[in-house]
Amino acid sequence: MLSLILILLASLFFTGIVVRVKSLASGRKGPGILQPLKDVWRLLRKGTVFSETTSFVFQIASSIYFVSVLMAIMIVPFGKMKGLISFDGDFVFFAYVLALGKFFSIIFALDTGSSFEGMGASREALYSMLAEPAFFVLMGSFAMLTGHTSFHGIFTSLHFSSHVSYALGVLATFVLVMIAMIENSRMPIDDPKTHLELTMVHEVMILDNSGFGLGLFTLAVSLKFAMYGAIIANFFIGDVPWHYAVLVFFAVQMIFAVAVGLLESFMARFRMGHNATFIFTLTSASLLIFFGVLLVMGKFI
Amino acid sequence: MSLVLAYLVILAAALLSVPFLTVKWKGLATVAVVAANAVIISLLAANALMGEETLLTLSGTSVTGEIPIRIDALSGWFMLVINFTMLTGALYGLQYMKAYREQAANLSLHCTAYLLVQSMLTVICAVQNSLVFLFAWEIMAVSAFLLVIFEHQKPEVLRAGINYLIQSHLSIVLLTVGFIWVAYRTGSFDFNAIAGFSEQMGEASAFVLFGCFFTGFSLKAGFVPFHTWLPYAHPAAPSHVSGVMSGVLIKIGIYGILRMVLLVKTDFTLLGYFILFTAVTSGVYGVMLAILQHNLKRLLAYHSIENIGIIGIGIGLGTIGIGTGNPLLTTLGFAGALLHVLNHSLFKSLLFFSAGNVYQATHTLNIESLGGLVKKMPHTAVLFLTASLAICGLPPFNGFVSEFLIYAGLYKGLSGDSTVLLLSMVTALFGLALIGGLALLCFTKAFGVVFLGSPRQALRHPPGEAVQGKLVPMYAVLALMVGIGLFPGFFLEAMHGALTLFQLKMPGGEAAAGMPLPQGVRQLAAAIGWCATGLLALAALVIFIGIKMAGRTSVVKGPTWSCGYVGDASRMQYSASSFVRTYRKLAEPLFSIHKKKRAVEGIFPTDGWQETHPYDKVEAWLIDLPLRKLKAFIGRFRFLQNGNPQFYILYGVVFITLVIVIPLLVGAVEQVMEFLGKL
Repeated sequence: MLSLILILLASLFFTGIVVRVKSLASGRKGPGILQPLKDVWRLLRKGTVFSETTSFVFQIASSIYFVSVLMAIMIVPFGKMKGLISFDGDFVFFAYVLALGKFFSIIFALDTGSSFEGMGASREALYSMLAEPAFFVLMGSFAMLTGHTSFHGIFTSLHFSSHVSYALGVLATFVLVMIAMIENSRMPIDDPKTHLELTMVHEVMILDNSGFGLGLFTLAVSLKFAMYGAIIANFFIGDVPWHYAVLVFFAVQMIFAVAVGLLESFMARFRMGHNATFIFTLTSASLLIFFGVLLVMGKFI
Repeated sequence: MSLVLAYLVILAAALLSVPFLTVKWKGLATVAVVAANAVIISLLAANALMGEETLLTLSGTSVTGEIPIRIDALSGWFMLVINFTMLTGALYGLQYMKAYREQAANLSLHCTAYLLVQSMLTVICAVQNSLVFLFAWEIMAVSAFLLVIFEHQKPEVLRAGINYLIQSHLSIVLLTVGFIWVAYRTGSFDFNAIAGFSEQMGEASAFVLFGCFFTGFSLKAGFVPFHTWLPYAHPAAPSHVSGVMSGVLIKIGIYGILRMVLLVKTDFTLLGYFILFTAVTSGVYGVMLAILQHNLKRLLAYHSIENIGIIGIGIGLGTIGIGTGNPLLTTLGFAGALLHVLNHSLFKSLLFFSAGNVYQATHTLNIESLGGLVKKMPHTAVLFLTASLAICGLPPFNGFVSEFLIYAGLYKGLSGDSTVLLLSMVTALFGLALIGGLALLCFTKAFGVVFLGSPRQALRHPPGEAVQGKLVPMYAVLALMVGIGLFPGFFLEAMHGALTLFQLKMPGGEAAAGMPLPQGVRQLAAAIGWCATGLLALAALVIFIGIKMAGRTSVVKGPTWSCGYVGDASRMQYSASSFVRTYRKLAEPLFSIHKKKRAVEGIFPTDGWQETHPYDKVEAWLIDLPLRKLKAFIGRFRFLQNGNPQFYILYGVVFITLVIVIPLLVGAVEQVMEFLGKL
């Protein structure tokens, strides 16, 4: 329960910080931290424009996408405290429930019959397909290291004992950050702030969305960021007492948000054609973690 | 006994009378008999699942010996799966075949073949005499062939049918070799002889024996590289037959493999690795090819290969569990496999039925010419969407449950000791995750292009929703799918008897007899059930809030935003090919994709077009290449067939002369040798 509240809290300011860091980096003053939240609130109360081409899929998809992210957040634990949902193999449910949301966001884009949105949908489907194995192999490595098969079990019994395992922790963080960037279609995979529809993935998929639905999509983006931030934080919380853990949690979220902002300010987007190769490299990184774990456990012949 | 007798009487009466009925009654009679038989078989099967096995021994003939009929929990599970889809298939087919009402004789054959397929699938599950088993297998293969070639006027249908017929006979050859091997050594056709025999013969030969059976059954099930008949046969058949074939007919191969795992005694760990790697290859390869297809039913057929792969991963995992003596792996692996057998039979038949609706409404299966059907066929769209979600293994539907069980087993396997085990577990995890992602890509393409957007081509007839008679069996399938998704615990309890059979195979597994389902597995099932319910409830809540909000604010309809372009943008829509273009570029080295295109060029450009024809490299190497070589070799003797009757008479004379002369010559040579020997 605590993790759910903390993630919701973190999500309130996450996108705000990213935007603020970006504007500071480019020498502007920038909007307030809570501006993205105010935007969402405005959108949720606004009227909706539906395309004549769309069907019922378009009307339910944004809600299902939002719910899938919410369900996924309920699974994430906080230090020693379990998430609302916790069972053996809960991270499989985590990945699949997110995939459910993705399925709907893709067919949602196809529902409009627009060529731009189709393009975004095609890219989203391909990238998420390529990123999927990385997450499963990563969780498999940690399941092997700790002997537990739930988020909670893995995080509570994860001890970084040797130098090799520190290296693994860093690698795992890198993989998770990258998965978060892919999931949210941010730099270096995609630049949400370009002016041309042709260069985008997520943003182009929701071109025809408005009002309540768009509000949910925007809210889901910050929730997703905070969710991945929480998972990364869990790597470092371990079994420290909860009041320190809360501090660590917010520190990690803060660093994550600033890092995203800096990354988006100082890095150029990859060429779309190279993205697929890059994303598949993540799987090799997670395989590296797997072999590292084998090494740590002395099972590597 | 009385139930078995009643079954046989109904079947015989139906087979004899169906050809003489009028067209209208033929269909009704067939459905009635399928239903009656399904009820009888389900009674027997349900008893078996609840622990009350049916054991009968028919006296048989002097050739076959005694014919034991043993319906244990494994048979029971498969019988229930088979009969549910056979029944929904018959109900759907009743409406589907109305389009072919004038072909009375053809329909008689079709109905009879359908009844025969149902009964033979049941017999295969029940009978444990290898000779009778092979007979039933043969009748099933031939009747399935008859079902496939219903539209035999079309040359490609006949081609696909013959391809299937030949390949299913290859499977029979391999099974026959295996059974004869056992029967020759033990003198018994009883399946129990296989168990005794493999115990004596040593692990290596037992492995070869299992390999023989495995290959035979794989040809039916469609494991790569024995899958090449599937993508031809499924699109060629009428849709209800495709549903039945993909849903249950190929599962009989899985039943065979599982039965052999129970019978043959060999090194189970090695066997498990073998099955696991075959299965991962099948799964990934099947779905990778599926994405590239443009024919909706062909796409679904490739997905059957993928799902057989997922079932295989479960079987491999369970077999490794038997070999390493890990009860949790055994339970999770086989539970996942058995449940996926049921799940796949449900969503795949539903997908094929939906494809049938699309075909009968639009008269095309080429997804590039479809689009926007959701407005014309809302029910079919919802059914196809749910089945797509289920086949991608997404919660809260049934596909997730079985895939989750397999995932859980794979992660449990990661706590093992041996490096080989760990590496194969991570390979399987990698494969399964990749399959999941690829399936998502494939079904967003299939659903999105066929049902969403606006029509891509003008159709000759305006499409409309399918009749209610078609939709009712489809909704029945959907209800069962949702039921499994929400209450997986019930279905796990139901298959518990079958799981116990596999537990007993473990060293020291006798303790497992009569034990309840492991607490951990039960908790998992309950957890998934609750999560699925929660997900549905939460989604309903948010959608409800959305509707309420929409009621309070303004809702405007407008055209799709096409970045300032105000003309008709429907021609600019993303097509199926463009949707998977990046993927195709990535996968190109693995497949041979024939591409033809004409670019739009010049100051006054003409129409440009592009065609891609994906081709299976395995088929090119394993089927086409040997066939070409064989043809080239036999072609050398073509001069013999010169169409000249005199020559044919000459061949006859030469043949007769040889027949008479050779024995004489042999006799003469023998005499000479004898004479020389005396010297």
